[in-house]
Amino acid sequence: MKLYILKRLVGMVVVVFLVLTIAFVIVRLAPGDPAALMLGPDATPADAAELRARLGLDRPIPVQYLTFIVNALQGDLGQSLFFNRPVLSVLAERVEPTAFLALFSLAISVVIALPLGIFVAYRRGSFLDQSAVSVAMLAASVPSFWTGLVLQRYLATDLGWFPASGYGGPDATFLDRMGYLMLPSIVLGIVNSALILRFTRASMLDVLGEDYIRTARSKGMTEGRVVLRHAMKNAAIPIVTVVGLTFALLVSGAVVTERVFNIPGMGNLVVGAVLRRDYPVIQGTLVVVATLYILINLAVDLLYLVIDKRVRY
Amino acid sequence: MSAGPILSVEGLRVAFRSRRGAVTALRDVSFTLEAGRTLALVGESGSGKSVTSLAILGLLPRNGDITAGRLAYRARDGRELDLARLPQSEFRAIRGREISMIFQEPMSSLNPLFTIGDQIGEMLLLHEGLDGAARRKRVIEMLEMVEIPAPARRIDSYPHEMSGGMRQRVMIALALICAPQLLIADEPTTALDVTVQAQILDLMRRLQREMGMSILFVTHDMGVVAEMADDVAVMYAGAVIEQAPVADLFARPSHPYTRGLLASIPRPDRPEGERLVAIAGSVPPLGSLPSGCAFAPRCPLATPACAEPVGLRDIHPGHRVACIRAEEVLADA
Repeated sequence: MKLYILKRLVGMVVVVFLVLTIAFVIVRLAPGDPAALMLGPDATPADAAELRARLGLDRPIPVQYLTFIVNALQGDLGQSLFFNRPVLSVLAERVEPTAFLALFSLAISVVIALPLGIFVAYRRGSFLDQSAVSVAMLAASVPSFWTGLVLQRYLATDLGWFPASGYGGPDATFLDRMGYLMLPSIVLGIVNSALILRFTRASMLDVLGEDYIRTARSKGMTEGRVVLRHAMKNAAIPIVTVVGLTFALLVSGAVVTERVFNIPGMGNLVVGAVLRRDYPVIQGTLVVVATLYILINLAVDLLYLVIDKRVRY
Repeated sequence: MSAGPILSVEGLRVAFRSRRGAVTALRDVSFTLEAGRTLALVGESGSGKSVTSLAILGLLPRNGDITAGRLAYRARDGRELDLARLPQSEFRAIRGREISMIFQEPMSSLNPLFTIGDQIGEMLLLHEGLDGAARRKRVIEMLEMVEIPAPARRIDSYPHEMSGGMRQRVMIALALICAPQLLIADEPTTALDVTVQAQILDLMRRLQREMGMSILFVTHDMGVVAEMADDVAVMYAGAVIEQAPVADLFARPSHPYTRGLLASIPRPDRPEGERLVAIAGSVPPLGSLPSGCAFAPRCPLATPACAEPVGLRDIHPGHRVACIRAEEVLADA
């Protein structure tokens, strides 16, 4: 068990190292010169060359790579070219909206999908079952920016239930800021609930056909107890897996929604960084997201142990 | 010992709704189980044995309905209940407490994610509101009764940590911990190897003696029937075609199907070199049963009169058969 976690952590270091390398290579394969972009169209080539030298971009690529890796191993992801501050401090500012957006969306999708998935599995073949499956398909196929724009138009602009976009001014309180996250969370929650709904339904359907469910019924308990106690625990592993994956995707994949709602999260940050060729910020974001992704998956794998005593690592 | 029937099944019909209309699984199941005795329900796969036992416990699959007949059950408080029409809320108090069931597959009948102590103890929680240390004590006692070694330790085991035979003992403990009046055993030893099978049958007989319950023993194994049953009901294509005390049935099978069934069992006392007799043909699919005797198409004694519907009748006291030529079958034997 301890050995297993150790192995996984070693694996994580390897993956992060690969991500670092790939991030480093990819940003440099993209055309465009950060110095020229920063200085604008009026800059002379001499100005650009001077700025490149100051940023260390004139050094040979292998030297830049080595510097980057050695610094990263010491926890230093470099200086943002654009913000002129350490990448980590830039990222730290942007973590709050993304983290809470991911958490709220996940909560909303679980609250929608889990009870509905269980219920339609129990009433399989019914009208509600068929409609839920169709609506889920639809919700999953519609792009989140469209859902976002539609809800923004009706729920925020017309009805005024939610702020339309942004994250509050500099003096907004924490609760104000969370209020700004509600509508985007609903959008992401709806989109992601489709997948969780389908997994919950399929997993429950499998389990409800098992012999031990018949045994549970033969013991004389209510159907509620049969489903929520005896079936639910058995259906949990696929559901936990997909909830974990959804969370990981939400952390890394809220880019579009952050753009639509103009939320200063990591998604927005990375889009800006790509446009400005802010290499260190792109690299830093990728590393942080990859690490989170791996940690979430590790947490899911460890949850299996809690649910099912047959699982051995 | 017999104190009147604890369960009388009368003209039970069960149909399953399917996309292609209703399929009748049970056409006419009638038998009587006397209190304190063991009735074996025998028949080939697909004859409706398991559907019958599930119907008695009100556990038919969602698309199955009892369309006719009565399941007259004498409850512990003396009331006579028709289980075919009992509301689910009342049924829950009967299920597990008065009538319980053990299933064919010990490997899959226990929930893999709960300890066996939890699963057995749940019965006490449901029916007696018992929890905590008192519950644990009762479960350990029950595990002892079903001869599980080191019960105080085993109570915290998960099903996957036990062998098939041990799991079936757990199932028996679970079924009997509330001391039911009636135990339905649906092929409880079919999935076990022969030595374990004998141990489980011994255990069931001993517990029946000690606890005095009646057993409905569903099986296709005539050897098990001979060992376990007081009475036998033979099923064919969704109907009971003969019921008799076990010795009577083996000595004087009165339905051509029963006779064929008994003739097809290998026995050590048969002359060497004698071939086993197989019944010609196969069980007709449920959708296309003839209106008269369902066995007629395969029956060597069939006459045009067999196309008429036929019900069970007493051929002599305690021996009922659904065949118009039963007397000739007997005389022939």
